[in-house]
Amino acid sequence: MKIWDPLHECMPREDIEQLQLERLQATLNRVYKNVVHYRKIFNEISFVPEDFQSIEDLKKLPFTTHEDLESNYPYGMFAVPLREVVRIHSAPGTSMKPIVVGYTKNDIRTWANLVARFMVAAGVDRDDVVQISFLYGLQTGAFGLHYGAEAIGASVIPTSTGNTEKQVMIMQDYRSTVLVCTPSYALKIAAFMEEQNINPHGLALRLGLFGGEPWSEAKREEIENRLGISATDNYGISEIIGPGIAGECACKSGLHLFEDAFYPEIIDPETKRVLPPGSMGELVLTTLTREAFPLIRYRTGDITRLNYSPCDCGRTLVRMEKPSGRTDDMLIVKGVNVFPSQIREIISSITGEQPAFQIVVDHRPTLDQVELQIEITEKIFALELNEQRQLLDFLKKRIFSVVGLTTTLRLVEPGSLSRESKQVRHIWPDNSV
Amino acid sequence: MLAIKNVNTFYGQIHALKNVSLHLSRGEIVTLIGANGAGKTTLINTISGITPPRSGNIIFDGLPITSFPPHRIVELGICQVPEGRQIFKTLSVQENLELGAYLHLRHRGGSKIYRKTVEEIFELFPVLRERRKQPAGTLSGGEQQMLAISRALMAHPKLMLLDEPSMGLAPLIVKEIFAVIEELARRGGTTILLVEQNAKAALKIADRGYVLETGKVILEGSAAELEENKEVKRAYLGRDRKEIWER
Repeated sequence: MKIWDPLHECMPREDIEQLQLERLQATLNRVYKNVVHYRKIFNEISFVPEDFQSIEDLKKLPFTTHEDLESNYPYGMFAVPLREVVRIHSAPGTSMKPIVVGYTKNDIRTWANLVARFMVAAGVDRDDVVQISFLYGLQTGAFGLHYGAEAIGASVIPTSTGNTEKQVMIMQDYRSTVLVCTPSYALKIAAFMEEQNINPHGLALRLGLFGGEPWSEAKREEIENRLGISATDNYGISEIIGPGIAGECACKSGLHLFEDAFYPEIIDPETKRVLPPGSMGELVLTTLTREAFPLIRYRTGDITRLNYSPCDCGRTLVRMEKPSGRTDDMLIVKGVNVFPSQIREIISSITGEQPAFQIVVDHRPTLDQVELQIEITEKIFALELNEQRQLLDFLKKRIFSVVGLTTTLRLVEPGSLSRESKQVRHIWPDNSV
Repeated sequence: MLAIKNVNTFYGQIHALKNVSLHLSRGEIVTLIGANGAGKTTLINTISGITPPRSGNIIFDGLPITSFPPHRIVELGICQVPEGRQIFKTLSVQENLELGAYLHLRHRGGSKIYRKTVEEIFELFPVLRERRKQPAGTLSGGEQQMLAISRALMAHPKLMLLDEPSMGLAPLIVKEIFAVIEELARRGGTTILLVEQNAKAALKIADRGYVLETGKVILEGSAAELEENKEVKRAYLGRDRKEIWER
């Protein structure tokens, strides 16, 4: 099994800790100097970065939350002047404004090398033809994966998302060997090929690198069987860097977290206490090498656990379990992150009212379907049919443009959604509706 | 091979190094970059035992050497080439080299090792062979620097601490000396900690570097990363001087 960066992926624990301490100290000195937000919150607790002596001291520092990033919109959290930023991406916020994330030239290079690590770990090499079916745009996914595959020297096909027929045609004709997309899209491709009587074993496809949304072992088995490939998981969040935080090796027993670049902690989301190694809790990350957008103790909202035992592949990096849930009500549908609060804000900005609503996610079809149910109000009821349709169309477009999600809309009777009912309802395959 | 954790060094009341942590792997060239007074020389003097730290740990090849006196540290294989050469000007080149070899000359059979080492050094710097009888003070600046490095090499160091080897030298000589430093690490396997005002030249031969600012490390990275870092460029490489904050 090949290793992209053996120096950093196979370091003895003692050396990793020394490097983490050095990089933490440097990062803290830099954010204190360059980021107003951190200077303020450090001053509030009378913490001076030059007093930082051990990784243990990190526990004394405040967390960085999603709200901190939102209130510093757009450039408040940048640690370098904008002219040193060569790329700007964004992550969804809980309101209509996104979170803005910057990268310096070095950040982009670091990113490529981190992605290359898990790609090589999954078995990708320079002879591969890598088809990237993530959306190229404001989101981080496609670009990070693209750079990683290029760094390895593979041939990259930036197919972006959509148009399954064309995706499959490219896969057949260009002889793609690696598919990079969300796990649910992989299943959609599988379903399309079955429909068209295309034998997946007749393709050159051998590996699938899936991420962007949580997926189960059962789903892995299904994808592997239906596409005839080996499927691995990788983890990333846009606020930190995008893909390239952690990824599975061929052992498929946890995602190696790149500890020389990100320092992980697991906390109890309620008490906010750091939990002992091996406990299940919320993942908190501190960046160790980011130049433009360093974050200290960022609460990811993802529930997972860390396994420090050595892996058969030879990497010494800690392994994180597939995230098994969220601490907040964020939804991940088709690789898109959605906060119900975003939907609430869009509805009220367009209707001028705050009707009760529910987001219904139907997991039964291959690709999750989202229906937004809104209680009809007197104002909407009084509209002419034509105007009502226009309103709904507008709402749909607005949701797509802000959140990036296609939904169907349904007006329901007033009072049919009780105020107490959850904002999100899931329909799983084995549930009765 | 060398791991430093949270070193704090004082000059009287002045807190010159504030929780500095740093490491060097075997055969690596690591450079310290920083403005005057950032603490670069202090860090080197702290490692070599000249200005011992008030707190912190220095571990060399698994051995804690934090409170060791300088001569013990030299015996363990750490040699410093001080800023401004500090050669013995009235002594001849050869005598300067003998002083560098005092560790070996003390022992039986040491003179044999001494003669062999001197030969190796004359291979490295042929000009020193020509000048071996001359008083060191009559050498040019570049030759004096070569002598200072050679004097340290006489002790067969595992780790060399070089303080401003390019200071006051003509660019061509600097190039020559840096080529030798690189050779020492790449072929000789000597680990090198290099303090340099000439950050550009240092980053060219270094594997990694640390940026010091008022006694603190503010950046650690590969030489390529540091060269690309705009803050380093602006402050230490003399490029992109204009600073514009657009928010």
